[in-house]
Amino acid sequence: MTIHQLSVFIENKSGTLLQVLELLKEANIQLIASTISDTVEYGIYRIICSEPLRAYETLKQAGISASLSDVFAITLDNQPGRAADAIRSFTRAGIGISYLYSFLLAGKGILVFRTDDTGKTREVILRDRLSYVEEKDLIRMV
Amino acid sequence: MYLHPEMETLSRPEIEKLQLERLQKTIRQCMRSPFYKRRFKEAGLRPEDIRSLGDLQKIPFTTKQDLRDNYPFGLSAVPLEQVVRLHSSSGTTGTPTVILHTQRDLDEWANAVARCLYMVGLRKGDIFQNSSGYGMFTGGLGFQYGAERLGMLTVPAAAGNTKRQIKFIKDFGTTALHAIPSYAGRLYEVMEEMGIDPRRDTHLRTLIIGAEPHSDEQRRRIENMLGVKAYNSFGMSEMCGPGVAFECPEQNGLHIWEDYYIVEIVDPQTLEPVPEGEVGELVLTTINREAMPLLRYRTRDLTRILPGECACGRHHRRLDRMKGRSDDMMILKGVNIFPIQIENILMQFKELGNDYLITLTNLEANDEMTVEVELNDFTDDYGFLQKLTKEITRQLKDEILITPRVKLLPKGSLPKQEGKAVRVKDLRKTLI
Repeated sequence: MTIHQLSVFIENKSGTLLQVLELLKEANIQLIASTISDTVEYGIYRIICSEPLRAYETLKQAGISASLSDVFAITLDNQPGRAADAIRSFTRAGIGISYLYSFLLAGKGILVFRTDDTGKTREVILRDRLSYVEEKDLIRMV
Repeated sequence: MYLHPEMETLSRPEIEKLQLERLQKTIRQCMRSPFYKRRFKEAGLRPEDIRSLGDLQKIPFTTKQDLRDNYPFGLSAVPLEQVVRLHSSSGTTGTPTVILHTQRDLDEWANAVARCLYMVGLRKGDIFQNSSGYGMFTGGLGFQYGAERLGMLTVPAAAGNTKRQIKFIKDFGTTALHAIPSYAGRLYEVMEEMGIDPRRDTHLRTLIIGAEPHSDEQRRRIENMLGVKAYNSFGMSEMCGPGVAFECPEQNGLHIWEDYYIVEIVDPQTLEPVPEGEVGELVLTTINREAMPLLRYRTRDLTRILPGECACGRHHRRLDRMKGRSDDMMILKGVNIFPIQIENILMQFKELGNDYLITLTNLEANDEMTVEVELNDFTDDYGFLQKLTKEITRQLKDEILITPRVKLLPKGSLPKQEGKAVRVKDLRKTLI
């Protein structure tokens, strides 16, 4: 039910982001979505991409600090209010969202997020029949 | 277990008797140096006034500035044609300094280094690789001659080119390596990259580490990483180079060879002797050197004499590991801080790597310290990173009494250093 997210620990210094992107380009890996937040000390660059395992190996070999984690990705109809409906399900179940980002792909809205209770999140997704994407589907949609 | 049992097992009274004889001989030798002749005259002192070891305190100190002022040959106590080698400091912080050696000086230096290496179990049949710079830097030739004196097969690999260094270790079956501590860490990293397991793929057993102040935690890390026993070595070019003081297999303090040196520990401000066992500046007098003897030389290294007897049976006293130098002390908001204090804290966190950098800046009249340190393993968890940063900051504050800014860096972001690691960058501007 979850997909792989590649996280890269990058120093807040000019050129470090570009270095990561150049490496992925050379490995012919396509970005689907990515997000970076601004902090003073360090940044975590989170990426959804084609072939996350190979992307991870590529960065590791270049000596870049990276890790793979599992995140949820649910699809929403492209209409106002759908995100609110989805999040309401989690909030009512007492689940906290650690971080979240969203993007549009093939006319569908996709919410990527991590919560503080993975097991409970799975239950809520099944119970409320939220539609989620598998990794292979995601890549097919690109 | 002793290479020179007649010297290494002397009792305290025997050591002191020998020291007085050698001191008096050294002072007679010093009268041939224009510098010391003038010094004694200015101090109203005659060689025969030194009748006991206590009388040593009548003699003025010798400083690095004295060596600079008398560059290059002003301290020579023999005619220059008897000098067979000179070593010189780089002079990056001023005029270079020069140390002169007769053939006898070189022989005695090699003997001292051989004694150290034998003490930690190295023998003929061992393969000794030296990753020190050769040439003017005494860690190269100093270990070279000492290792050859013991009859080991020596590999003078010299500094740098880490991959080649590792290839030598592997191909030649190197059993003992001399490296500065930060470089030992670097070697391990590159071995990992090359897919080499030091335990399985090499015969490394003994590591000699020195030249950089380091903590016991750092030593244990090096031992665990490389699967070796690591022994602390202390030397300085003014005292020939390596071979001044060395750890025995007890790994608890460095025996200083008191048949070569008279040791004093003084308060760097008042220059008075500190009470036994307290930290102060190490002051050394050479008593087994002819070309360029030095009397009461202020080393700027901070240490203390470890009280008590050593289980190894040597009565040559032990120096505690160096606490830093009286001149690399940082003064921040009026607090005296040594980089080693910060290192000791950082090394206790298994999440952190071996490299760190301390940067001092000032904004208006406010001193600020930033400590950058590499993170070993990265997990995508802001909460954890924040908690770790906070905990490091708290422990540092407890130790140094000011709150530094702690910055966690991805592994490999600090510049790799193949020479003596630069741990402190002082970017403060004087505000006058």
